[in-house]
Amino acid sequence: MATAVNTAKSGRSIWDGGNEPFKASWGKLMMWFFLLSDAFSFSSLLVAYGMVRYSHPAYKGSAEDFKFSTEYWPIPEKVFEAVPFLEGQELPLVFVGIMTFILIMSSVTMVLAVEAGHRNDRRDVEKWMLWTILGGATFLGSQAWEWTHFIHGTPNGGALDPFTGQVVYGANLLHNQYGPTTFANFFFFITGFHGFHVFSGVLLNFLIFYNTTMGIYDRPDRTIDPGAHRYEMVEKVGLYWHFVDLVWVFVFTFFYLV
Amino acid sequence: MAIETHTNVSHDVHGHAHHDGHHHHKETFITKYIFSEDHKMIAKQFLISGLIWAFIGGAMSIIFRLQLGFPDMNLSFLRPILGGWILETGKLDPEFYLALVTMHGTIMVFFVLTAGLSGTFSNFLIPLQIGARDMASGFMNMLSYWFFFVASLIMFFSIFLETGPASGGWVVYPPLSALPQAMPGSGLGMTMWLVSMALFIVSSLLGGINYITTVINMRTRGMSFSRLPLTIWAFFLTAIIGLLSFPVLFAAALLLIFDRSFGTSFYLSEIYIDGQALPNMGGSPILYQHLFWFLGHPEVYIVLLPALGITSEIIATNARKPIFGYRAMVMSMVAIGILSFIVWAHHMFVTGMNPFLGSIFMFLTLIIAVPSAVKAFNYITTLWRGNIIFTPAMLFSIGLVSVFISGGVTGIVLGNNALDIQLHDTYFVVAHFHIVMGSASFFGFMAGVYHWFPKMFGRMMDPNLGYLHFWLTFIGIYMVFFPMHYIGIAGFPRRYYSFTSFDAFKIFSDLNMFISAAAIITFAAQSIFAFNFIYSIFKGKKAPENPWLSNTLEWTTPRLPGHGNWEGDIPTVHRWAYDYSKPNADKDGFDDFIPQYVPLSKTPHSNLPHEQELAKFEQEEEQSNVNAQH
Repeated sequence: MATAVNTAKSGRSIWDGGNEPFKASWGKLMMWFFLLSDAFSFSSLLVAYGMVRYSHPAYKGSAEDFKFSTEYWPIPEKVFEAVPFLEGQELPLVFVGIMTFILIMSSVTMVLAVEAGHRNDRRDVEKWMLWTILGGATFLGSQAWEWTHFIHGTPNGGALDPFTGQVVYGANLLHNQYGPTTFANFFFFITGFHGFHVFSGVLLNFLIFYNTTMGIYDRPDRTIDPGAHRYEMVEKVGLYWHFVDLVWVFVFTFFYLV
Repeated sequence: MAIETHTNVSHDVHGHAHHDGHHHHKETFITKYIFSEDHKMIAKQFLISGLIWAFIGGAMSIIFRLQLGFPDMNLSFLRPILGGWILETGKLDPEFYLALVTMHGTIMVFFVLTAGLSGTFSNFLIPLQIGARDMASGFMNMLSYWFFFVASLIMFFSIFLETGPASGGWVVYPPLSALPQAMPGSGLGMTMWLVSMALFIVSSLLGGINYITTVINMRTRGMSFSRLPLTIWAFFLTAIIGLLSFPVLFAAALLLIFDRSFGTSFYLSEIYIDGQALPNMGGSPILYQHLFWFLGHPEVYIVLLPALGITSEIIATNARKPIFGYRAMVMSMVAIGILSFIVWAHHMFVTGMNPFLGSIFMFLTLIIAVPSAVKAFNYITTLWRGNIIFTPAMLFSIGLVSVFISGGVTGIVLGNNALDIQLHDTYFVVAHFHIVMGSASFFGFMAGVYHWFPKMFGRMMDPNLGYLHFWLTFIGIYMVFFPMHYIGIAGFPRRYYSFTSFDAFKIFSDLNMFISAAAIITFAAQSIFAFNFIYSIFKGKKAPENPWLSNTLEWTTPRLPGHGNWEGDIPTVHRWAYDYSKPNADKDGFDDFIPQYVPLSKTPHSNLPHEQELAKFEQEEEQSNVNAQH
């Protein structure tokens, strides 16, 4: 009659309640689920980018003859070829490569900070958090430079405005010397959305660094949730930082490589 | 029996350390009623906000139904409320008609049936039914409500703008919504709509992350996933669906904000407005539709699944029978959840989509009929030969089963991409989703309120007023929405201000009049509920601890549980939630229900073979625990 449900015949399953089945505190789980959700917002932006890009024709001729035009989607290597202090030289993707390297290195230092947290080693956490903050800030600074260059444009300008027929210099949300306006729209929106994530990440990292320096995580009277350890905040923020880093890999791939 | 067994509650000594038992802080009015971190108070905040919105949204529908049913009527008497929106001629301003339709949809879908339904019952029932003292993070839970509150305020204020609130339909498709010069309703009202929705999404994510984490980490000992009440399964899956779909709407809304305010062309291309060419090139309005419906379709199930979960619980309790096919119920909800993400384009069959792609989406859409039918059959088989007690909550639950079936059948028609060419954007669609999603979820909402009111407020609602409310509502909604199918098949498009100026659409003015009259009666019947609800909070009969003789853990708490829910230790769980009318239970000293906290060793006569083994195991485990302590 009662179609009662079997539970494990022998022994207790970790899913039987009264414990943490993923061996993770609720705070860490929340971070994971938030990141899952945020992954969907980034995915939808990248899918939107893909759809609009696909609706534009690609450039057909040879790379040497490439000129900026609103008629086709630009070759990214021709757009992003400037490096600070090396004006006029064609160095495709060198600067963004350096940026990417810095961001990935800051993920490495974050791993080291988390590891130091597991050892309850306050000095090491401080050290590696500081490096991570530095890496994040450098990335943001580089991005600011890249945006500035993108906005100011090249000395000779690029594509012709389809309405006025005049040469466009630089790019903003309305005009774009490098190609269709939607190219600049998506560039600003997606790298901006990502940059905002990096910015929040740097703020969070700084908060953790500050708390560590003030010895808040070592206070003996501090209540710790079951399943958590003293320096778990480092780990949670670390998850966020790695996520932001991972997202950049996708943004980099779709905007600069393909 | 209930009272007697209550003293036998076995307690969990370990508990959840981080809530530290039930030390009561000193509570002020502000921490108790306003910035409360108690999940029960937050649930009541969501409930009351949701009900207020429901009355506002309902009243809006009555105003535009007056226009549709009685196009020649002099509406001057509405001028004290609507002011200039009633023209000199005594007619409703056509622009405001569009605004009303838009706001009715937005309010009902998001503010009533998402925040009001899921916000209320997920918050109220998750900790109580899984045996937790509160949500994982009470603070985030509080933020979730206050983000919703601010979103509500912004949406509410937008109604009073001179240019009116957003009027592009609740889906706010660009380019109409993206160009402020397109119509008054695309002005500031649209901006406020987007801001309000962005805050609403933040609120629902804060809530959803909390619900998911709480269900995973805070279940009491013995509460495995296979013993979770179906309500909790429903809220859990709803939260996951929301977690994955709302960020997509968030992204879509951000892009739309940029198009509106900062001149980008994400959704815009080659547009003339007032004879003037706009500079926007290269975007795609269809892109918005894809992003919107990637949320929009799962949203239907965000609205519906909690209602289905509530119904499962109430039907099993009041049929005094175990739910039929517990696993099938869970699996069908999981299947609906997964499918909800891969059918969105059936809202877009007529956007010029490749017919082959349309066929794939049709195929996936029609598959949803399978898990939905499993659920409908399981409700009916649970009722079958049950010892049914017709409480108002039970009536609303059975009503849900009825509208779920009759609205679901027309879904099969609409899911067909060939038939959709005729039916798209007609009253057939309006009829379909108002029955299957609107009414079904509303019935689940009402069922939940009638059923858990005693636990929320410690008093009973008046059942006779409940019966009256149910019958008027049940008959009323069929009177309103059933005729709409005919109007839709005849080709009447939705969102039109008036049909009198078209010869082809003059035929159904009598039917439209009938619908409007029925809508007014149905809406008026809700005042019975409002009276019953408010009166019973203060003057209702005091509720016993377990008024419906139910198995789940919330009924083991005191009549008015404090912050922390249980005065002693948290009860442990030894069985599923559906041991109703178990054979031989009387030999163990139980009536027709054995609550979840009763150990299997206390019920040797009624245990099933595998439960006997489990009982033996539990005793051994207890023994070894005792030994370990000595």
